[in-house]
Amino acid sequence: MAASGSDTVSVVERTRPIVIDGGIVAAHFLGHTAAFVLGEEAIVIAPPDGEPRRVEAHDGAILDTVADDGRVVTAGDDGKIVATDGEGASKVLASDPKHRWIDHVALGPDGVVAWSAGKTAYVQAKDLRAFEAPSTVGGLAFFPKGLRLAIAHYNGATLWFPNAAGAAPEKLEWKGSHLGATVSPDGRFLVTTMQEPMLHGWRLVDRQHMRMSGYAARVTSLSWSAGGHWLASAGASQLVLWPFQSKDGPMSKTPRLLTPSGHRINVVACHPRTDVVAAGYDNGLVLLARIEDGAEILAKKPGEAPITALAWSGDGRQLAWGTESGEAGIVNLG
Amino acid sequence: MSEQSSSEKIPVTVLTGYLGAGKTTLLNRILSEPHGKKYAVIVNEFGEIGIDNDLVVGADEEVFEMNNGCICCTVRGDLVRILDGLMRRKGKFDAIIVETTGLADPAPVAQTFFIDENVGRKTRLDAVVTVADAKWLNERLKDAPEAKNQIAFADVILINKTDLVSPDELSDVEARIRGINPYAKLHRTQRAKVPLDAVLGRNAFDLDRILDLEPDFLGGDDHDHHHHHEHDHGHDHGHDHGHAHAHAHGGLKHYHDEEMQSIALHIDKPLDPDKFFPWVQDLVQKEGPNILRCKGILAFKDDDQRFVFQGVHMILDGDHQRPWQAGEKRDSRVVFIGRNLPGKMITEGFEGCIAK
Repeated sequence: MAASGSDTVSVVERTRPIVIDGGIVAAHFLGHTAAFVLGEEAIVIAPPDGEPRRVEAHDGAILDTVADDGRVVTAGDDGKIVATDGEGASKVLASDPKHRWIDHVALGPDGVVAWSAGKTAYVQAKDLRAFEAPSTVGGLAFFPKGLRLAIAHYNGATLWFPNAAGAAPEKLEWKGSHLGATVSPDGRFLVTTMQEPMLHGWRLVDRQHMRMSGYAARVTSLSWSAGGHWLASAGASQLVLWPFQSKDGPMSKTPRLLTPSGHRINVVACHPRTDVVAAGYDNGLVLLARIEDGAEILAKKPGEAPITALAWSGDGRQLAWGTESGEAGIVNLG
Repeated sequence: MSEQSSSEKIPVTVLTGYLGAGKTTLLNRILSEPHGKKYAVIVNEFGEIGIDNDLVVGADEEVFEMNNGCICCTVRGDLVRILDGLMRRKGKFDAIIVETTGLADPAPVAQTFFIDENVGRKTRLDAVVTVADAKWLNERLKDAPEAKNQIAFADVILINKTDLVSPDELSDVEARIRGINPYAKLHRTQRAKVPLDAVLGRNAFDLDRILDLEPDFLGGDDHDHHHHHEHDHGHDHGHDHGHAHAHAHGGLKHYHDEEMQSIALHIDKPLDPDKFFPWVQDLVQKEGPNILRCKGILAFKDDDQRFVFQGVHMILDGDHQRPWQAGEKRDSRVVFIGRNLPGKMITEGFEGCIAK
C-alpha cells in the first residue's frame, strides 16, 4: 500500500480539527467558511476565524445536499428544502404539501433549485414546474447552461426542459436502476451511477452508450476535474479516473487508476483549479493524488470511522473532510 | 473497517401475508406492546392505514431487475433508498419493520440485503414473517401464487384467525403449510396475538445461527420445541402428482403440494469442496428462478470447520461457521424450497459431491 508509507509527503499537521456531534454526510465551502452537513437536523458552520456553530435546518434526516458559493441547500425527510448561508441564516425554500421525503436536490444556473419526492421532480424557476418520472427519481443534475435537468430513474434517464412548455422530455434508455446523475462541465455527456457497481454514460449528441465498470461497490461519489478532463469516482480500492478530454469521452478507453490500497474509497473531490483529486477512504484515510503522475500527499491518517465528506474551497487552498462518526477537519494548504 | 458486526446492524423484519390475513393487526400489536423499543416502520403506500408510530415511511414496492442478465435477480429499489435515509437517523430506533402488500413476493426484499452492499453493511434481514388466514389460506394456495410464495419463503408463519375454523380445518391448513415449508416456525394465533420474541430477533438469515436443518413440528401447543425425529424428506418428489394428497403419519396429516416442495438431503461422508461449489453454483444458475430458498451445513474433507450456506434464488452466501466439536457427527445437510424442483437431479448431484 503506497498510502501511508513514511516517505509520503504529509499535510496532516496543517489540519484544524472541528468538533461535531453527529455523523457527517457532506461538506461544502461558502467562500472561506466550511459547512458540514449532518445526517440529521443540522449543519455546522465553521468560519475561518470563529467558533464552529450548529444551525438547525431540518426536523429529521437530511437526505441530500448541494451548494453554490453562497448557500447550502438541503433536502430533508421532513418534506422541506432549506437554504443555509455562511452566516448561519437558514430559510425554507419549499415544503412538500404531503410532507413526503425530499430525496434529491440540485442547483442549476442562476441558482435555480430542483428537487424530487418519490417519482416527481420539481423545478422552482419563475413558477413551480413538476415532472412525473416513470419510477422513483434516483438523481438530479442540471446542465451547465440553459434550464435543462437530467433525471435518473429506472431503465434510463430523462432530459427535461422545465420552461419549454409542450416540448417532450428526451428519454435516454439503459436497462437497470440509475441512482445518481452528473453532467460533464461542457454539457456533452451525462453519466449515471447504477444499482450495479458501474457507471453508465451517454454522449448526448448521438446517444452513444458508455459502460464504465470494474467497481467493488455501488458508486456513491463522482467529481469532475478542473476543466472537466477527468471524472473521478469512488467505489473501488483505487481512485478510478475516466478520461473525458476527447470527443469520444471514455469510449473504448481504460480508466487511469491511482492510489492503490487495501481499502475502499468512499468519497472523491477534485481540486477546483489543478489536476489533483482528494480521495476519502473507508478506513478514515484521506489522500491527495496528482492525476498526471499519481504522486500522493497524506491529508488525514487512517482513523476509526469512514470518510463520508470532502470539499475544496473555491480557491483550492482548503480541504474539509468529515467522517461517519462526526470527526471533521479543515486542512489549510496555503 | 466500517463493516459492522451483525449485532450492531439494525435488524429488519419483513411482514408478508395475503390481503386481510392480519399483517396490520400484527404490526400494531408489535408497536403497542410495552417493550420500550422504538421501531421504524416501512408500510406500503396502498396498505391499510391506522398505524400509530412516530417513524412511518410509505414505500411503493418498486421491484427493479438487476442489469446482470439474471431474471430472478431483483431488488426493492424503494427499500435501498428508504433504508439509506433511515440509517441517517440511527440511534432513533432499535429495529425496522417492513410491511409488504398482500401481493408482494418476499424474494426482492430479501435479495436487497444480499445485493446492495450499502444496505447490507448497516442493516441485516432478521426474518420473513408470514401471516396466514386459517380460514382462507387453503383457497389462496389454489388461486394465488403470491400466497404460496409467501408461505414457502417464510421463516415464521402465524396461522391467524384460528377462532374462525374447526380443529380439523386447522390441522388441515397446518398440514398444507408443512407440505410447502416444513422449516418455518408455526404459531397458531387469534388477532395475531403472539409473543414478540416469536417474530422479532429471529436471526433467521444469520449464517452463525444455522444450527440444524430439522423440520419444525407443531404439536398441540405453540412452543418452539424440537422433536428430533429422523424424518428423511430426501425421497424424490419428481413423480407426477395428480392432486395434493394427504397421508396420516403419527396423527398429523401430510400434504405434498404438487407445485411447491422442499427437498432435504443428508450425506454422512465428507464432501469435496471442489465438487460441491461448482455443483451448487451451476444448480442455482439453472434452477434459481424455481429455488426460493436454500440452506446447508457442510462437512468438507480435511476441513475442521463447519461450512454453512444459504441462498435466495440465484444468490448464495456462505462461510466457515465454527470448528466441528469433538464428538459431533460430521455430516452434511442441505435443504431446498422451491417450485417443481428436479428432486432426482438434485439428489444425484449432491451425492456426486462426496469426496473420493
